[in-house]
Formats: sequence, C-alpha cells, structure tokens
Amino acid sequence: MLRLLLRMIFCQERRISIKLKAEHLKQKYEGMPIIDDISFYLNKNEFVTLIGPSGCGKSTIFNIIAGIVPLDEGKVFIDGKDYTGEQGHVSYMYQKDLLLPWKRVIDNTALPLIIKGEKVGEARKKVTPYLELFGLQGFEYKYPFQLSGGMRQRAALLRTYMFSRDIVLLDEPFGGLDAITRAKMQTWLLQVIEKIKPSVLFITHDIEEAVYLSDRIYVLSARPAKIKEEVQISLPRPREREIVISAQFNRIKKHILSNLS
Amino acid sequence: MRKWESIRDKAIPVLFIILVILIWQLIVDSGIIARYILPSPWDVITVCIAILPEITVHIYTTLQEALTGLLIAITLSVLLAILMDNFTVVKKALQPLLVVSQTIPIMVLAPLFVMWFGFGMLPKVMVVILVCFFPIVVSLLEGLGSLDKDLLNLMKSMKANRWQIFYLAKFPASLGSFFSGLKIAATYSIIGAVIGEWMGGKAGLGVYMTRVRQSFALDKVFASILVIIILSMLLFKLIELIQLLAMPWKRAIK
Repeated sequence: MLRLLLRMIFCQERRISIKLKAEHLKQKYEGMPIIDDISFYLNKNEFVTLIGPSGCGKSTIFNIIAGIVPLDEGKVFIDGKDYTGEQGHVSYMYQKDLLLPWKRVIDNTALPLIIKGEKVGEARKKVTPYLELFGLQGFEYKYPFQLSGGMRQRAALLRTYMFSRDIVLLDEPFGGLDAITRAKMQTWLLQVIEKIKPSVLFITHDIEEAVYLSDRIYVLSARPAKIKEEVQISLPRPREREIVISAQFNRIKKHILSNLS
Repeated sequence: MRKWESIRDKAIPVLFIILVILIWQLIVDSGIIARYILPSPWDVITVCIAILPEITVHIYTTLQEALTGLLIAITLSVLLAILMDNFTVVKKALQPLLVVSQTIPIMVLAPLFVMWFGFGMLPKVMVVILVCFFPIVVSLLEGLGSLDKDLLNLMKSMKANRWQIFYLAKFPASLGSFFSGLKIAATYSIIGAVIGEWMGGKAGLGVYMTRVRQSFALDKVFASILVIIILSMLLFKLIELIQLLAMPWKRAIK
C-alpha cells in the first residue's frame, strides 16, 4: 500500500519535470513515410533509449529534435516550450566522434563555449575541471589523431556536455568501437551519469547496451518507424557490469528481443 | 625492414637521375653530339658557377616578380574562393570564366601585357598572377567543399554562425588542398616571370636567357635553366615548410 502511494507521488513528481517531449512526429522522405506518428518524452535526469532495427529512422528522429531536419508534422517541446525545428537547444553526439582534427583535445571540448562567444582562455578554464571526470587528463594538448577510439568518444561526449548540460542526444556513440572498449565505455558512461545527472536520449540497436544503460526504452519498428512498446527498466542503480548476466536482465532482454523481431 | 624500404624508395629516383646525367655526359664527351649543340652536364655546372656573379641581379629581379605575383595571386584567389564558396551566384558566374582564362595561351598574352603595361615589372607580375591563381582557386574551392557534412550539421546544431563555421571548420579543413594548389602555383610562378621577361625588360633570368640565346651561348642557356629549376624547387620546399608550420596536427600523425 505504502509502496503504491510512494510510486504515485514519485510519478506525479516526474510528470512535472518532463525535459523533452515529442508529439506525433511524422516524416516522409521522397514520398515514403519513414516516421509514422511517434510520441515520446524524456524526464529530467532520466536515461531513455530508442531501440530499433538499423535504418528505421532513429537518426532522423534525432535530427528532428536537434532542429537540423525540418519536420513534416508534429511538435517538439523542451521544458514545455515549443522548439520544433529550432537548433541549439539540445546537444548532439554521433557515432563518428567528429572532433576537429586541427584542434587540440582541450580546444575541441571547449568548442561549444567558443561558438557561444567566449574567449579561448576562459573556455579552456571552464573545460579543465571536467577533463579528469571524462578520463582525458594528461591528453589536453594532444591532437585527436593521437588518441584511442574510446578516448576520442569521451572527448566528443565532453564536448556534447559542454554545449548543453540539460539534454544530451547520443546517436550510437559507441557503435564504432570494438566490443571490449565498448563495454568499458558503457560502464564508464554509467559512472559519469551518476555524477553529472544529465537527461539523456540514447539511440542504439544493441539490446544489451540499451537495457544496461537505460531507465526506459522505446522499442521502434522497422521502417516506417512506429513505437511498438515502452519498457520500464527497473534494474537498481548504480549498476555493475555483472548485472548483464543476472536473470532479471536477461528476462528484459528476451522480452525486447522477441518484440524487435 | 621498413627502414631499408624507405632508403630504397629514396635511392631509386636519385640513382636514376645520376644515370641519365652520366649517359648525357658520355654522349657529349664521346663526340656523338657536338658541344655547341648540347653542352655536357659538367659544362653546365661549371658555366653556372662562373656566371653566378653576373646573374645574381637577374635572379633577384625574377624572384621579386615571381614572389610579388604569387602573393597577389594568393590574396586574390583566397578572396575569390571564399566568395565563390559562400555565394552560389558568384560561383556560377565565375567558374566558366576561370576555366576560359586558363585556355588562353600565355605566350599570346605576354606580349599584349607588354603593350598595355610597358616594359617594367607590372606585365611580368601580371603573367605570374594569371598562371598562379587558377591552381590556388581550384584547390581551395575543392578544400572548402570537402568538410564532412555531419561536422557541418554538428556546428549548426551548436548554433555556430557562418563566419564561425568558416574559420573553425571549413578553412582548416581546406588547408591540405590549399597547400597542394599553392605548391603547384609556386613552381609556376618562376616560369611565369621568365615568360614575362622574354617579351622584354631590363633584367631578369628571362632577359638574360634571351640575350645568351641570341649569342648562341647554349651552355649559358642551360645554366639559366638549371638556375630556374633550383629556384622553383626552393620555392616548392619553402611552401612545404610553411605547410608543416601551418598544420601542426599533420605533423603529429607521423
């Protein structure tokens, strides 16, 4: 009884703090519908994943939220305000690290601040405290070429975070890494999230990754993308790597797997 | 193993050039071709050293014209490329004109320049500009268009304005091909100046070459060719050095 009450209060509170809301997104590409009436939301400090088969239009959804791709139908709300088609309200990270090869790590991560008009010295000073948290200390003055793949992704993530500490869109950020580095990066990401508590919208087609990281998962269908199911992941936090072999974890995984295929 | 390969890669072209020069020397020495028709490599080198004091002033003049022309060409082409990259109208309007400008034989234009601008430095500089600016514009344009589309989107999503996108991303991304064009232009610049000087003037390697050719001093003609080659190579190396300094991130890869 008490549990139910607590849950109700909890849910109530969460409903108030919706960071991002997408309503009835519809998109066509060359006459073919690629996104078919998708609605979802992201709460404050929540980690939500959109999972779906490759090429189902997940990245298009992100481009719509980031305001890069004009939307056919639907609305995007951020903090309750209608920001449909507007750029600069969320930060965005792709599978490619997209670091500028001609800038040192510290300047790459400070890029969003420099674009906002801050002086290089100031921007560098603001980034410095985060370099350690993102595992980049000692590499501040290296060029991206001199870093490992995992390190480059961490630098890209820090840059993303420096742009907007609010809503972070991650589009398969670890998709280009080898399996071992990938697993390390996931665990590392969980630790960082515990500390900086961003609101994350994540894209992947890796079920294990999605379940391991997320609070909630939206399962998308193949093209045209539709939301098949919303799955609440009630695994406790902080999560250890071992959780991926637990019975509960595998039950969720199995459920999503059956739903995806 | 790798070291041996790099030594081999460097040694092959050097050895080949030495071989060609050796054959040339042997042919002239054995009398197959008369000395006044084709001087031997050794003749060319000794003459080159002997005339060095008298041609320094010519070298200086030619270098001055070439460098002035090259600098103006760089300024013009950077401005032009930026305009063409930013405004499609400008690009559409100028592109055919640019190509046409390269189809006009420079040997025809050079005397015209002399008629219009006299025997001073200006017509030579004009020739240099004309031959230099095309490779720079074309390579820079290509470089400016080469920026990763996703990177462009990322900059846009961070609300970067046009100018920021240009100097933070587009321009540095284009530097590689910009310098490739610049290296070609640098080697053209000396030749351009020499061609301009053929049409008349007081000093310059081209003027000197015309004089010695008219007196049938073929060894001196070859010596001036040697000087032109060395100057062009030096200028090429200079650009390479500037590129190394301007693009430290490329050094870091090695």
